[in-house]
Amino acid sequence: MNANDIRAMIQPAQVHRDVYISDAVYQLEMRHLFTNAWIFVGHDSQTPNKGDYITTQVGDQPVIMVRHTDGEVKVLYNRCPHKGTKIAIDRAGNTGKFFRCPYHAWSFKTDGCLLAIPLKKGYEGTGLSDSQNGKGMQAVGAVHNYRGFVFARLAEAGIGFDDFFGGSLSSIDNMVDRAPEGRVEISGPPLRYMHKCNWKMLVENQTDTCHPMVAHESSAGTAVKIYEQMGNPEPRPPAMQIIAPFMSPYEFFEDMGIRTWPNGHGHTGVNMSIHSNYDAIPGYFEAMVESYGAERAKAILDENRHNTVYFPNIMIKAPLTQLRNFIPLGADRTLVESYVYRLVGAPEQLTAMSAMYNRMINAPTSIVGHDDLEMYERAQEGLHAEGMQWVDIRRLHTGPEDFETEAVENGTTERQMRNQFHAWAKFMTMSMEDAAGVAAE
Amino acid sequence: MSEGNAAMITRDDVIDFIYAETRMLDEGRYTEWLDLWLPDAVYWMPLDYKQADPVNATSFLYEDNFMLRLRVERLNGERTFSQKPKSRCNHVIQRPFVDVFDPEAGKFQTVTNMHYVETRLDEQQLLALTVTHDLALVGGAFRIAGKKVELLNCDAAFGNIQLLP
Ligand code: FES
Ligand SMILES: [Fe+2]
Repeated sequence: MNANDIRAMIQPAQVHRDVYISDAVYQLEMRHLFTNAWIFVGHDSQTPNKGDYITTQVGDQPVIMVRHTDGEVKVLYNRCPHKGTKIAIDRAGNTGKFFRCPYHAWSFKTDGCLLAIPLKKGYEGTGLSDSQNGKGMQAVGAVHNYRGFVFARLAEAGIGFDDFFGGSLSSIDNMVDRAPEGRVEISGPPLRYMHKCNWKMLVENQTDTCHPMVAHESSAGTAVKIYEQMGNPEPRPPAMQIIAPFMSPYEFFEDMGIRTWPNGHGHTGVNMSIHSNYDAIPGYFEAMVESYGAERAKAILDENRHNTVYFPNIMIKAPLTQLRNFIPLGADRTLVESYVYRLVGAPEQLTAMSAMYNRMINAPTSIVGHDDLEMYERAQEGLHAEGMQWVDIRRLHTGPEDFETEAVENGTTERQMRNQFHAWAKFMTMSMEDAAGVAAE
Repeated sequence: MSEGNAAMITRDDVIDFIYAETRMLDEGRYTEWLDLWLPDAVYWMPLDYKQADPVNATSFLYEDNFMLRLRVERLNGERTFSQKPKSRCNHVIQRPFVDVFDPEAGKFQTVTNMHYVETRLDEQQLLALTVTHDLALVGGAFRIAGKKVELLNCDAAFGNIQLLP
């Protein structure tokens, strides 16, 4: 497959089903898209002290995120330069001042540099010190810590962090600004939910505003029914705040609005969202006013963005301090990790609210998640039908679209899905050869 | 189950209750099962091994009475797509340890190891559980005052777990 083959899979209003089911496409995504784009690694509060590390994946690449002795967060490939052994396999830990491989005890500083090899004289005159392996653990191409959120670009050269994300960083800003002290911290381990479907189905679903009232009728609709049978008691049960808004009518989701940014980023909930009508938590607004002044505090809290997609594979909910990482394990396998963060300086009830949303919506035990996963897995199987080759993404597509400029549209448009595929083709092909064997620009 | 006089309650009565509750789940007798619960009781399934705080970090489940009712009613819904076809489950349980036995105060606590199997279509999963029941004696009958279900492999990634382990 070359760049022209990849481009041919993406048309203005439909995409070829092979983008979801082909193993060859998945392999190319890992070597090109997930190499050229900036990918979420972790939050720096997961590694607060020197030597703290987590192990995770960037695309299909095993990596370690570690707090180096200089206080910076480094991202290294989790591979011993000797025989390939993973240096760490626990999900989090502290390694002290250096990593030591458990196989033959080669050791490395926490920026990856080789520190020592036992019986080193055995390598004299072998050329090891001039080889790539002799340098130590390999670091990824580039790392950027944005307000605590750590991203990596595997490629040595390529698009800069600010160019890649542009105006979309306003959603991370809003999430972190919601903390009176201007920073967030991880709160507990993530939910880990395995999906037998392609990772892009999950990412598209984040701005799919025409499915909640259908796929989630069994949970949200039943919640509304039970509440009415109870005589609409106040205060509302927590489930009524969190799950019931999924039953909002189409007009509500139309009015929410969708904004798209260049490079595949976008969000639902421009004007308001299903997160706009939560009960106020005592003491929070006061703490915000204390930090920011009344006007700025109100501006921060009036922004109720629903889902912000950071292309290619994370979503954040700023009003709920949540992040979901859609980790691609194969064409038909995606691990979803859903994190909640604590707003430093805010009442603890806000964390409880985020954690409640996380378990009610994002857990393998969630009655909302169950129906989403059911739809993805049915789609993953259905797409093998040979009779039809294309997947439709044309809702509110009426003519040529310019994804290089920011746009705000009706909240039920599939423009953000088209925006993602436009970016997909761009970052897939920028390091590929076209049909004539000529490197693409 | 013993009626009336708290002094007549035996450890076997407590243990029988745990078996009976588990059987209700396996047989899908959810309406009966819901009636076992005190109105303010919570069903907790921690996410983290030995998790201490159920609400300020994510749990799998921390279900109040409204959520339990919703979960049960949803299972029978016309448009409950993930339950077409329905899942089935089966518990194999070890004899419960009765760790608190206080008939005077009407308070009991049991800890029970279980193997839980849930199946739907071609999929079947096995979970090892440690289940802690807090029971209260109300009008001579046991009621559930709290239930904690700990998964041995809580840190693993799961597909759907659709019924109530
Ligand atoms: S494999 Fe790491 S030291 Fe040999
Ligand atoms: Fe959904």
